[in-house]
Amino acid sequence: MSEMTLVQAVNRGLFEAMKQDPDVLVLGEDVGVDGGVFRATDGLIKEYGAERVIDTPLSETGIIGTAIGMALYGLKPVAEIQFLDFIYPAFDQIVSELAKFRFRSGGQYPCHVVIRAPYGGGIKGGVYHSQSTEAYFCHTAGLKVAIPSTPADAKGLLLTAIHDEDPVMFFEPKRIYRTATGDVPDGDYRVPLGQARTVREGEHLSIFAYGAMVPPASEAASALAKDGISAEVIDLRTLVPLDEAAAVASVEKTGRAVVVHEAARFCGFGAELSAILAERAFYSLKAPILRVTGYDTPFPYALENVYLPNAARIEAAARAVMREG
Amino acid sequence: MAKAAQSAPEVAPGVSHALSNDRLLSMYRVMVLARAIDERCLSLQRQGRIGFYAPASGQEAAQIGCAAALGDEDWIFPAYREIGIALWRKVPFRALMDQFIGNSTDRVKGRQMPNHYSFRDHNFVSPSSPIGTQITQAVGAAMAMQRRHVPQVTATFFGDGATSSNDFHAGMNFAGVYRTPTIFFCQNNQWAISLPRSRQTHSATLAQKAEAYGFSGVVVDGNDVHAVFDAVAAARERALAGEGPTLIEAQVYRFGPHSTSDDPHRYRSDADVAEWKRKDPILRLREELRTSGALTDEAESQLQEAVKREISEAIEAAEGAPALDPLTLFDDTFAQRTPRLEEERAEFQRLLREGVIRP
Ligand SMILES: Cc1ncc(C[n+]2csc(CCOP(=O)(O)OP(=O)(O)O)c2C)c(N)n1
Ligand SMILES: [Mg+2]
Repeated sequence: MSEMTLVQAVNRGLFEAMKQDPDVLVLGEDVGVDGGVFRATDGLIKEYGAERVIDTPLSETGIIGTAIGMALYGLKPVAEIQFLDFIYPAFDQIVSELAKFRFRSGGQYPCHVVIRAPYGGGIKGGVYHSQSTEAYFCHTAGLKVAIPSTPADAKGLLLTAIHDEDPVMFFEPKRIYRTATGDVPDGDYRVPLGQARTVREGEHLSIFAYGAMVPPASEAASALAKDGISAEVIDLRTLVPLDEAAAVASVEKTGRAVVVHEAARFCGFGAELSAILAERAFYSLKAPILRVTGYDTPFPYALENVYLPNAARIEAAARAVMREG
Repeated sequence: MAKAAQSAPEVAPGVSHALSNDRLLSMYRVMVLARAIDERCLSLQRQGRIGFYAPASGQEAAQIGCAAALGDEDWIFPAYREIGIALWRKVPFRALMDQFIGNSTDRVKGRQMPNHYSFRDHNFVSPSSPIGTQITQAVGAAMAMQRRHVPQVTATFFGDGATSSNDFHAGMNFAGVYRTPTIFFCQNNQWAISLPRSRQTHSATLAQKAEAYGFSGVVVDGNDVHAVFDAVAAARERALAGEGPTLIEAQVYRFGPHSTSDDPHRYRSDADVAEWKRKDPILRLREELRTSGALTDEAESQLQEAVKREISEAIEAAEGAPALDPLTLFDDTFAQRTPRLEEERAEFQRLLREGVIRP
């Protein structure tokens, strides 16, 4: 066990995976000599060489297309997309190819690539270094989607993703890369995909969040506790497969739900989660489900602090659902 | 005659001495089979017995000349028109027919429209419809071969239209940078649906695009099996020697429609087609084999008969195979069904049982 930041935990996870299996390799822009623009791949090239830590030309479709070819052949590529905002040149390779290879070949060609991408706002990145577009990928059958919020989960989910048999989109909350710190188990530590984590237990309402929204959700729960409102905070950790059972069980217990994400609201992941809760926990609900999300505008630069959900907005939504029913 | 692309190294043209008469005969046989399958499948589609078909007529020498120069261990990253490659690799027509129907013996379980078959046992990777996407993948698999230090290459197949796609340029660029053992085999059949080659790019040749990526591109007469074989064999040798990729532009002509959904009369003249049909690669090889005495009239008519029989038997068998089990829909999205897919499958099963969904 050692204490570290979230980005260090990603780095430890990559070191561990490359040590465990010579078929694991890392590729992307500036991942080698530079160690990645966020230093997530720092030191890997020194340890494992340029054959396994590949600095690529500036082409996302090239990165993902070649990663797919490597995976078809039996390697385990972990591709880095420098910012989630720049993934779209590879969108075709991800949604038309990676997600569908196993299915379209009748199971003959599994295609296991892990794609890491820092996502989200709060770093003064403006329109193109801030977006949270996980919903696009959740909507595509054949992709798993994981988003850690703690250093331990970052390492544990990443190692599981790398050893999984399916493609995994691994989105890293860059805003808390260095502010989220915590103990991380040494060695081969794995967190299963598809299992939510109860951050804190509560009786009166359930707050669902993931990635960089987990800390403000917890903060809101602490503030509510001072007024005797007991909020359960659930970190979803994987959006696909989603731990629907945990989400439904929590709402069956509390009867109220607030869903938080920094992505825009319309057709965001919260829409799916709200629909699932409405379908499966309707008779437990004492109040309408509320969503606390980014707005349905492109991501702003100067106004990011008021665009992004924070503890105060989450707390206000929680108080609103408490007033009903 | 093969001719070199502008400022690209030349590939020796002419009749290859690498190909014995026996080998030429077996190539000829597969070319004849491919042509006959095309003709039958166009009519099967008109009769509503298969949903779609994209013919390869006119491209047989390019495909089979190329396939014959590759090793069985080399990986094929095809587009949707590569029937000659599959047949050369000894994929039985029955297996293709199963795929065109999407029956219970279809290797890809009825997931894709006709022409999108794949056979892992034959190193024939699964194609998709989006143009060009296989090109970067072929480069990635070649990078994996480099990493494993195995004497294999990847060959990727695409058309003149695909040279405008993102992945063509990305793939060529990566292949140049990492000097991958990749053969980029472009069948320039002069058309991308209705768009003529001249409107696809202002480059004099497609092959010359390789030069910008730091490796050689060659133009070959795709109606000449010898020229194609030689160009591919040379490219493969270079790739295996660690000398990197090659782009080969095989100049051919698409005799038929783009697909059964296409009416080529809207964009090209019969005279143009007739002109190219005089260079029909099958007639050309037939003439050569007759002149050399390798093919007699009797052998030719036996071959035509055998091919017809093989095709009819395969169609009958494929049409007689049981229909696909609808529940297979829920296999292969992931390695294991997620809880959600289990639930959807159970719901689907119930709807089938209740007759709400009818296969
Ligand atoms: C990305 C993409 N855009 C458009 C299409 C529709 N489309 C299918 S085939 C084709 C033309 C392809 O031409 P070419 O690459 O020359 O191959 P050919 O069909 O001649 O073998 C087009 C436009 C497609 N399949 N994928
Ligand atoms: Mg074409």
